[in-house]
Amino acid sequence: MPSRAGSLCVMVLTGAVMAACSTAPVRSQASRPAPPPVASHVAAAPTRVSITLPPSSLTDDQRIIHVLNRLGYGPRPGDVERVKQMGLAAYMDRQLDPGRLPDERAEAAVQVFPAVALSITEVLRSYPEPDPKLLAKVQSGEMSQQELRQMAPLEKRPARVAAELQAVKLTRAVLSERQLQEVMVDFWFNHFNVDARKGAVKWMVADYERAAIRPHALGKFRDLLLATARHPAMLFYLDNWMSTRADLVVRAGPQRGRQMGLNENYAREIMELHTLGVDGGYTQQDVIDVARAFTGWSIEKPREQGTFVFRAAAHDQGEKHILGHVLLPGGGEADGVRVIDILSRHPSTAKFIATKLVRRFVSDDPPPALVERAARTFRDTDGDIRRVMVTIVSSPEFFSPEAYRAKIKTPLEIVASSVRALDGELAPPAGGPQQPGGGFALAQQVGKLGEPLYQQQPPTGYPDVAEAWVNTGALLNRMNFALGLTANRVPGVRVDLGRAVGAADHRRPERVLDVLLVSVLHGQATPETRSVLAAQLDNPEITRATADDRGPANTDVEKLAALVLGSPEFQRR
Amino acid sequence: MRCCTRRSFMKAGALALLGVGSIPRFLVRTAYAQGTAVRPKVLIAVFQRGAVDGLSMIVPHGDPSYYSSRGSIAVARPAAGNSEATVDLDGLFGLHPALSPLKPLWDDRRLAIVHACGSPDTTRSHFDAQDYMESGTPGVKTTPDGWLARGLQATSVDGASPFRAVAMGTQLPRAFRGDIGAVAMGAVADFDVKQEMKGSTAGGVNARRGFESLYEQGVHDILHGTGRETFDAVKMLKAANPQRFPPEHGAQYPRGRLGDSLKQIAQLIKADVGLEVAFADVGGWDTHANQGNERGPLALRFAEFSQSLAALDRDLGERMRDVVVLTMSEFGRTVRENGNRGTDHGHATAMLVLGGPVKGGRVVGKWPGLAREQLYEGRDLAVTTDFRQLFAEVAERHLGVPSAAPLFPGFTTNPARHPGVLV
Repeated sequence: MPSRAGSLCVMVLTGAVMAACSTAPVRSQASRPAPPPVASHVAAAPTRVSITLPPSSLTDDQRIIHVLNRLGYGPRPGDVERVKQMGLAAYMDRQLDPGRLPDERAEAAVQVFPAVALSITEVLRSYPEPDPKLLAKVQSGEMSQQELRQMAPLEKRPARVAAELQAVKLTRAVLSERQLQEVMVDFWFNHFNVDARKGAVKWMVADYERAAIRPHALGKFRDLLLATARHPAMLFYLDNWMSTRADLVVRAGPQRGRQMGLNENYAREIMELHTLGVDGGYTQQDVIDVARAFTGWSIEKPREQGTFVFRAAAHDQGEKHILGHVLLPGGGEADGVRVIDILSRHPSTAKFIATKLVRRFVSDDPPPALVERAARTFRDTDGDIRRVMVTIVSSPEFFSPEAYRAKIKTPLEIVASSVRALDGELAPPAGGPQQPGGGFALAQQVGKLGEPLYQQQPPTGYPDVAEAWVNTGALLNRMNFALGLTANRVPGVRVDLGRAVGAADHRRPERVLDVLLVSVLHGQATPETRSVLAAQLDNPEITRATADDRGPANTDVEKLAALVLGSPEFQRR
Repeated sequence: MRCCTRRSFMKAGALALLGVGSIPRFLVRTAYAQGTAVRPKVLIAVFQRGAVDGLSMIVPHGDPSYYSSRGSIAVARPAAGNSEATVDLDGLFGLHPALSPLKPLWDDRRLAIVHACGSPDTTRSHFDAQDYMESGTPGVKTTPDGWLARGLQATSVDGASPFRAVAMGTQLPRAFRGDIGAVAMGAVADFDVKQEMKGSTAGGVNARRGFESLYEQGVHDILHGTGRETFDAVKMLKAANPQRFPPEHGAQYPRGRLGDSLKQIAQLIKADVGLEVAFADVGGWDTHANQGNERGPLALRFAEFSQSLAALDRDLGERMRDVVVLTMSEFGRTVRENGNRGTDHGHATAMLVLGGPVKGGRVVGKWPGLAREQLYEGRDLAVTTDFRQLFAEVAERHLGVPSAAPLFPGFTTNPARHPGVLV
């Protein structure tokens, strides 16, 4: 393929120069691979799966609670009974096939967040940076912040996109019927982490989750890997969009004479973090040749258009040797697809992905035998994530007493499961910073507990083991969240404790406590917790006349409920 | 799962014997205030996460290969009167101009630099390299605890303060993992159960007491153990009230997380809560593209970094006699500029040691050189000082960790091999 370096848009100064490029970049025609699945929003219709429950020493209720906690963000009032009626296996089948599950309530609730439904190009158009001239005026004092906000309202600025995405994540975690799908989307986003704060990623992150992650969350791993590899958010986050063959010299334009070259960042992480794992058997030479294979996979005007483009002139056409495979010269854009095929089918990838999934769904210390079976399913089905999940969640290990309540909830999980347990309602944003809506407020709480969503800087994503989340400061923050939630102090989130404790006689604190223990902890409280909470009731202040209640004294339900949500038992799933 | 630690059993046992359930057992603060106890030595570890470019931070301007290798990202040679050029230190090395707030400490011999420092392990993975540096066991992933936790355990005494080890942030760093009850806090002000809210009626369930009782039960697991430590710490911090100490001596911390962290660490030191090791981290060093030279994104990171450290030094004043600040980063970056005016993952980097006990005004460690044949794997600055030698010197000489303590399993160190950064 003739190289026309003169027309190559040079991508330096974080894309600022891109705008100045006038000539369209060269596109590879001959070596174009199958149509990119990135644009597809709909996964291929899955083959039906059906779960057979293994023998387990857990009670029926425990198994249901376990599934609601692991395949979702915890039970809402009535969920246990609903699953019991439907049958646990049937419930799991439905969760594994989310496309067939109606989900109107969640879908309606996320309609109020327009940014997350737009393409990158549309986002760039609708949420631009404020005019630098205006910012300069603010800096020089010529214009006030308030005037700037009138000309460039906060809800039309780029940061709004990630904020809406956070709110949507919490809204879906709380409301969606497709609980497993939401858990899987969270898992895979974390696996293929990007940080919304890095440069142009802020315009791309919502499209990344919607178009690259979500459609494949229970699909084929290869499709997921390819979709992330080609997505501008990943290309930008791990710098591949700027990586070129080592000997490229820019021939024209403002960067004329610039020596470009290879950037190893993505090549290393796709092997270490996305597929093989750090001990998966690759060398520094593999890193270099994978980087060479991906040269030219780039972004068209990241701050104006933000679409994938293959720049043939930037591609290294030489032969590559990757993990024992030879990529012959002249592969062009297909080189990168070859790498995706090699990596997604490598046995180390099956093991690495199986280990991470078992850690997420079963235990911090993944049982080796289950990892091996899940990895075998991965290999036998060419990386069918749904099938791997069936192996994991229908295993005796998954339903073992050792796994039951063995995981400590992450900040996202504690926040979502608390709201679900109390059947909390999220108000939509009502315009202006005063009423940002419940989704935003909950996302802020998740951040405060140590997991600012879509803002994890290192490509490793967030850890998935208890040690990472349990420390003194974090526990305090969890207790404070519980106190805030039950007192309806989280803006836009409303819990109705009166409804939650139902018919219990509020003048009899022990009756109120019993109802809370059943509805929130499903009778899983230890005798010690029960007696500690009961001891709180001996406090003469526990029954008090509230300001708005002239009737008989009322139990301090808010704080009792907070104690239950902040209890050690509720930190587990 | 971590469980049933020796320390929590000991604490629980002591509590039961004394029958003092909810009374804070830590009255060290009062003891210090009355001058009856010796103030502890303090180590502040600052982790530059993302692999800082040591060759831009401490510029080897006297190495003939530096300017030929680095192209557009080289930091300009020292030039008299030019505040945007490298600040010469000793003819071979100089500070990046954005680090000039640290020059007075160098002149005062309270800043030492260890260059070409790093890990013997060859990994270029951020995650693994940080893990190895914090566990103190390069190449070994199964080490359960961190090096700072092991050091603190070796010097542990009964009735020690719950604030011996404090990390600023919402997550506990790997270096503190272990049976020492390290505290992680996002902010000093948030470290309490916030039960009485504006407008709420007084009385009712005492949430703090309720939570405390819940976590004080007999179960020994990671949650309960941590919960017990939490409430000990809350009580002590309330009594010590570190927020009453504003920055002193005109110290001005820059905006940003590192400045906030160091400001609060200074408050904890002044409040005499028994702090021995503080941990702060600061990101933004993974400069794969457009890192800049005298100016640019990396220069801005250096400015925040150096202004934060200089403010801490000024704020603590006389108290710096007992304080050592040690900076670290998981590895350095390629000697050559990459195709995007940045640098890729490399090998050795530079680490700073500052404070009263420091034998400063010196760049220590053998300089391996930047000529191609001198480079590690033909591309990176070679490691001539194993980071464990440096960490061991600080732990042993400053914190008084007995040298026999298994700070770094499988690694032998002795004073003769220490880089010699402390007086």
